[in-house]
Amino acid sequence: MRRALQAVFFAALVRPFLTLFIGLRVRGREHLPAADPFVLIANHTSHLDTVALLSLFPLRRLGRIRPVAAADYFLAGKARAWVSRTLFNILPVARRKVTRANNPLAVMRAALAVGESLILFPEGTRGQNGEPGRFLPGVAHLAEACPEVPIVPAYLVNLGRSLPKGTVLPVPFFAEVRLGPPLHPTGTRDEILAALEAAVSELRDAE
Amino acid sequence: MTVPPLTPVLTMSAVVLGLLVVSTLVVWLLRWLRPEGRWDELADRVKAWWVMAAVFLGAVAVHPAVSLVVFALMSFWALKEYVTLLRTRPQDHATLFWAFAAVPAQYWLVHIKWYGVFIIFIPVYVFLLLPVTLVVARETKGFVASASQIHWGLMAFVFGLSHLGYLLQLPALPGRTADGRALVLFVVFVVEMSDVLQYVWGKLVGRHKVLPTVSPNKTWEGLVGGVLSAALLAWPLRFLTPFAPLQTVLVALGVCVAGFLGGAVMSAVKRDFGVKDFGALIPGHGGMLDRVDSLCWSVPLFFHYVYWACY
Repeated sequence: MRRALQAVFFAALVRPFLTLFIGLRVRGREHLPAADPFVLIANHTSHLDTVALLSLFPLRRLGRIRPVAAADYFLAGKARAWVSRTLFNILPVARRKVTRANNPLAVMRAALAVGESLILFPEGTRGQNGEPGRFLPGVAHLAEACPEVPIVPAYLVNLGRSLPKGTVLPVPFFAEVRLGPPLHPTGTRDEILAALEAAVSELRDAE
Repeated sequence: MTVPPLTPVLTMSAVVLGLLVVSTLVVWLLRWLRPEGRWDELADRVKAWWVMAAVFLGAVAVHPAVSLVVFALMSFWALKEYVTLLRTRPQDHATLFWAFAAVPAQYWLVHIKWYGVFIIFIPVYVFLLLPVTLVVARETKGFVASASQIHWGLMAFVFGLSHLGYLLQLPALPGRTADGRALVLFVVFVVEMSDVLQYVWGKLVGRHKVLPTVSPNKTWEGLVGGVLSAALLAWPLRFLTPFAPLQTVLVALGVCVAGFLGGAVMSAVKRDFGVKDFGALIPGHGGMLDRVDSLCWSVPLFFHYVYWACY
């Protein structure tokens, strides 16, 4: 039932909104893996980021794609929790009071292990001024723990202007999703982190 | 409500169809005669004209409400292309939202034919209210730039272009079949033909640049040849207008010059933004703004001349 609602939501509202209102363009669509699981990483400036990235997939795949989202924010309040779980199929992770049981890394590994793909914003939160922030180390831990899972870098242009942090009404700006080739980074965690940051910034600078 | 007779629309559709067929044949002929030439851009442009002509003629033919929705989408898309290239500040968010909200409001005024408000809504009310929404955002650095840039876009692409809608709403004059729809087809056809013919003349015999720093592709030969030939094309189309024969040609001359100036202004805007095209909506043409720039200038002038002279 939940997945059917999500499919209807994306077909009837999200896609027309992104096509007609925003005018979203996608570059490098061929880099999207045809099979799950994979990890899609991107810079983060807007709630529209998750919406735009999910819209790249066929409706029937949506059930297996989990945006990793902060439980303290997205599950706060009944309405927001319902929207997050039903319409966006989030994978809630703890940002505070992390214990062995709710360790985000374990939660994400478990999802990948059952064949679900992740959408992950390694900055951990939405940036304010459009410049991508530094990645938190979690993504490097994940890459190290699951070396067989491809990591697809993405850079999102202008969505942060359409719906920046702290606003509720979207303004139409042409926006773009730029996707890069899948990566299997190796080395130390610092090297992995640097490689992933570099892959995303490279897409930012690709004009 | 009775829908006016289709005759002028059908006649113009036939004319446009004929031109498109001829242009397509010319492109094939060029490809066949000189296969080494680079005809891809030309072919793209002609193909895009097929689509644009079909959409526009369809929008005008079906129903006035459909035409207004299509014109409103043209304004919306053009404003979006402009705003995307602006250096906006985060504090402009709410103001931009209201600027976009002015698009449906303006076309709704056209729809209900409330001329008195249609003509002052953006120049007076929106002009006064937009800076107030910026004051509410409480950031003074860049205030004047934001207030002026945003309103400038509204004037050009929403207020200016919405005259096309009000033109459409004009009734047929007593004793004539040609109504507002015929006037819309007249002005759009003449201005777009002027754009095309300026390009053709410029490519064929263009030598002396008109505006080397603003728009290096525009030449005197293209300008004079294009505007004059488009004005002559208007002569057989006077059945679409309430004008006398000579008057038709003079009006066409005026709107073609205005269209050229509109294109030149938008070239300067593109230079300022450091881009070649406003977008990638129409293959070979660029964005919506690259196609409607000349209309934003010529249509308001044409409308006010017709309104003053005939209504």
